[in-house]
Amino acid sequence: MAGSWFHADVDQRRAFARRAWVAAILATLLLLVVVARVAQLQIHRHQHFSTLSQDNRVRLEPLPPVRGLIYDAHGVPLATNEPSFTLTVSPYKAKDLETLFAELGAIVPIAEADLKRFERLRRQGSPYQAVPLRLHLTEEEIARLSLEGQRFPAVDIRTDLLRTYPQGPLTGHVLGYVGRIDEEELQRIDQGAYRGTDFIGKNGLEKAYEAVLHGQVGYRQVEVNAKGRVLRTLESQPPVPGKDLRLHLDIRLQRDAAAALGQRRGAVAALDPRTGGVLALVSNPGFDPNPFVEGIGIQEYAALRDDPDVPLFDRALRGQYPPGSTIKPFIALAGLENGVITPRQAKHCGGHYQLPGQSHRYRDWRKGGHGSVDLRRSIVESCDVYYYDLAHDLGIDRLGDFLGKFHFGRKTGVDLAGELGGLLPSREWKRRVRNQAWYPGETLIVGIGQGAFLATPLQLAAATAALANGGRYLEPRVARSMEAGADQPEAIPAPGRPLGLDPSHLEDVVQAMIQVVESPRGTAKRIRSPAYRIAGKTGTAQVFTVGQKETYKEKQVAERKRDHALFVAFAPVEDPRIAVAVVVENGGHGGAVAAPVARAVLDSYLLGTGPAAELSAPGEEEAEDGD
Amino acid sequence: MATEAGGPGPDLSPASGLNGGAGLNWGVESGRGSILSRIPGQGLGLNLDGGAVARPLGLAQRLHLDLPLVFALLLAAGYGLLVLSSAIDQDPERLEAQLVRLGLAFTVMVVVAQVPPALWRRLAVPLYVAGVLTLVAVLLVGEIGKGAQRWLDLGVLRFQPSELLKLGVPLLLAWFLALRPLPPGAWRTLGALVLTALPAVLIARQPDLGTALLVGSAGLAVLFLAGLSWRLIAFLAATAAALAPLLWSQMLDYQKNRVLTLFDPERDPLGTGYHIIQSQIAIGSGGVYGKGWGLGTQSHLEFLPERSTDFIFAVLGEELGLFGVLALMGVYLFIVFRGLYLASQCQDSFGRLLAGGLTLIFFVYLFVNTGMVSGLLPVVGVPLPLVSYGGTSMVTLLAGFGLIMSMYTHPVATGRGGGGRAAPRP
Repeated sequence: MAGSWFHADVDQRRAFARRAWVAAILATLLLLVVVARVAQLQIHRHQHFSTLSQDNRVRLEPLPPVRGLIYDAHGVPLATNEPSFTLTVSPYKAKDLETLFAELGAIVPIAEADLKRFERLRRQGSPYQAVPLRLHLTEEEIARLSLEGQRFPAVDIRTDLLRTYPQGPLTGHVLGYVGRIDEEELQRIDQGAYRGTDFIGKNGLEKAYEAVLHGQVGYRQVEVNAKGRVLRTLESQPPVPGKDLRLHLDIRLQRDAAAALGQRRGAVAALDPRTGGVLALVSNPGFDPNPFVEGIGIQEYAALRDDPDVPLFDRALRGQYPPGSTIKPFIALAGLENGVITPRQAKHCGGHYQLPGQSHRYRDWRKGGHGSVDLRRSIVESCDVYYYDLAHDLGIDRLGDFLGKFHFGRKTGVDLAGELGGLLPSREWKRRVRNQAWYPGETLIVGIGQGAFLATPLQLAAATAALANGGRYLEPRVARSMEAGADQPEAIPAPGRPLGLDPSHLEDVVQAMIQVVESPRGTAKRIRSPAYRIAGKTGTAQVFTVGQKETYKEKQVAERKRDHALFVAFAPVEDPRIAVAVVVENGGHGGAVAAPVARAVLDSYLLGTGPAAELSAPGEEEAEDGD
Repeated sequence: MATEAGGPGPDLSPASGLNGGAGLNWGVESGRGSILSRIPGQGLGLNLDGGAVARPLGLAQRLHLDLPLVFALLLAAGYGLLVLSSAIDQDPERLEAQLVRLGLAFTVMVVVAQVPPALWRRLAVPLYVAGVLTLVAVLLVGEIGKGAQRWLDLGVLRFQPSELLKLGVPLLLAWFLALRPLPPGAWRTLGALVLTALPAVLIARQPDLGTALLVGSAGLAVLFLAGLSWRLIAFLAATAAALAPLLWSQMLDYQKNRVLTLFDPERDPLGTGYHIIQSQIAIGSGGVYGKGWGLGTQSHLEFLPERSTDFIFAVLGEELGLFGVLALMGVYLFIVFRGLYLASQCQDSFGRLLAGGLTLIFFVYLFVNTGMVSGLLPVVGVPLPLVSYGGTSMVTLLAGFGLIMSMYTHPVATGRGGGGRAAPRP
């Protein structure tokens, strides 16, 4: 066997060489097949193809789909496509751009900004693209251009459908807007599906429903002359337009809600507790989305960005505020569900609360205290001491578990891009973020909705809706259905699940919330309506911490450091059709400022009347105006 | 193959039934032993003289390059640039970008050639595993983000994980098959097929049929060179034919369409059929002498889609005619022959299989692309090597040639640093 491996190696080399030869011959043969094919095309059928090539005037062009429209609940158009005429220049067809611009400038006005944009877009696009030079040509300008058009082979007038938002600032946040596809989006999208399309949903509803609204690109074969101008269409595969969206949103309610907020910064979220539909979603101040579609000017944008009222910030969806006392009905429910309290059981409120063995005094908003307080009174008068004690008995873990069911500390799952989920403090959160253990005192602060606890107006509205509909949490939905042509509308469901609450516990809490409005001691008694019954809860979120020995004096605190005013409500209590959450930034007391806004929204929706001016008038000071 | 050569020997291979009696069994010897390498090259029946060591080493040898192959690659790249510059209307920016990429790709080739085969052998498994894991990750992420990122962004160059496997699969298979004497038995063959199919299927699901095809054929090429018995080849071909309907049912609609369109371009005159019709008009109208450089009407009046990338072969056919096509094919064929020759001159099975396999992938590239553009094969996204505009696949391709030269020029470690063939005959 001594020589066997030697022979084996020789054998292996020979074997490989033989295979290599086979491969080489196979490769040669296959390449010969290709060459033969090319020769067949170039020699045998040369005449045929040569004729075809000379006559070749057929080119393939993409036909972009028309973007789906967006309508409010009553069919009022909120996003439409308006024809717009654009002067484009194909740089590769032009001999000298400078002279061309000069000659064109004599026919239609071309501004410095137009030239700058042209340069920018030209660098971004492919070299064989027509680049927009002048947007929004008037009919007169089009007429003048078409008279002289033959002189400029590089110039075209393109008809675009431009996304337009007729309601302007009223829908800027909730609808979002479309804009030109940028570099990053180009990487993400299926470029084939966007051939011929320049725009894509950038945020809000336009982004969340991009796949539905966009539609499908089509193609057409066009006959062109030797210079590449289109003569006629030969064959086409039409594009499939995007589906229209019908919303739950009621633009009249949206307008009334914005009007009720007036000049104040804040947000209103109104939901239908039966469907989870978003009836109104207002963030004040708003912004007009229209200039963003074709690229907003730098100065115009800077003005929006640097505005101290941050109009670009969507307070309803991304504004995170301490829920303050609006959280109390949920804490009370947590106590009932966990068997820690009964409705009749009273606690004594002497104006402050102390943890066993600690000197720190957790104060009630009313200095003298509320005396003996049961569940109903604790909500009607918004007694803090009752909730310090209840939160202490429950402990942060049970409290957190229960509030989590109402999506506090996590997103509601609304069909809008960019939602924030607030913050529900927990032991785990404290360890992760601050690397500290949880202190019992922090549980008390969570019990009155202050401290690190944050929620968005939409989260508050969705949680309130779950109280209104008998304990089902519904993910809010702005869009109600998709419609394609004459087809049956395709409903967009709002996923929901029952929270498994005891109906009698829910009833106790709701009765107390009714008394908030109807009792003479209620913190929101001024918004009582003769036409229907409201259940609500006021809240005040601290922006500014008051020291142990001081008292909060509203007038002395700078406007921006004043408390945020909150109010959550639903109505009519017998068969709730609307749940609403209102936040007025630096508004002060919830009962005085936020509740009237909510009343105006409820009136508008339930009675069909505009904002009741006399109710939302601020300035009415009342000693008993609880937090 | 050893058996077919007539070497009767004790048949101890577990797979003897299928491959018709494998050659000699030498126990644990793996075929990359030190003594073997001292035997001067016997491949292709050439007899290299053993005294080569004494000759002074030229620059090319010291750089571990094979000059004829380097020149052929440069020639193809230069010719490619000429065609490309017409296809992109001599746009200086894109021409420069392509030049930078070519420079980068050739640099990568030279660097790869410096790394000794022993290290590549050790890298085979990690590279393969990393490649497959990235593919799985991309697939998972892609499913979440709706087909979002097939790419990893490396700044200058975007990198597709599937690219890594164009080298990773032949590396792994060469390593795997060279662990034991060749030819491989049935089980070993099955193992090799599984190792090839895994990444190929993952890539096909991206879906990137072109790359999947290249990766899959890379594995098959190595197996073929390893001496897979003809009977097994016939068996596999039969199985593949039987499985074809199943594969067909698994294909996406657009992929099916491309195949059907091949037989009847008018079927889909607005989609892939348009590509095929227009590229055939381009090639056919070029005739024997072509319309002249930069004068192709099909290419320059925007009738021919993707003319700078996958369909650039049609620009060549239109502007430089049959002669232009023959010139390119000649250079390509030389590269394939040279690659196979270098492979056969390698010292051990690992080097031979790897170098040979990589050469055959290069061939598959150019065959699939030219076959597709001339209307012989369905449209799959495979660029024309060294000519098409674009970077990633060119870097991989030239890294592959770097590997071939590394296998060929580095002496196998013998402890005496050189063995019989430190300075190969060009």
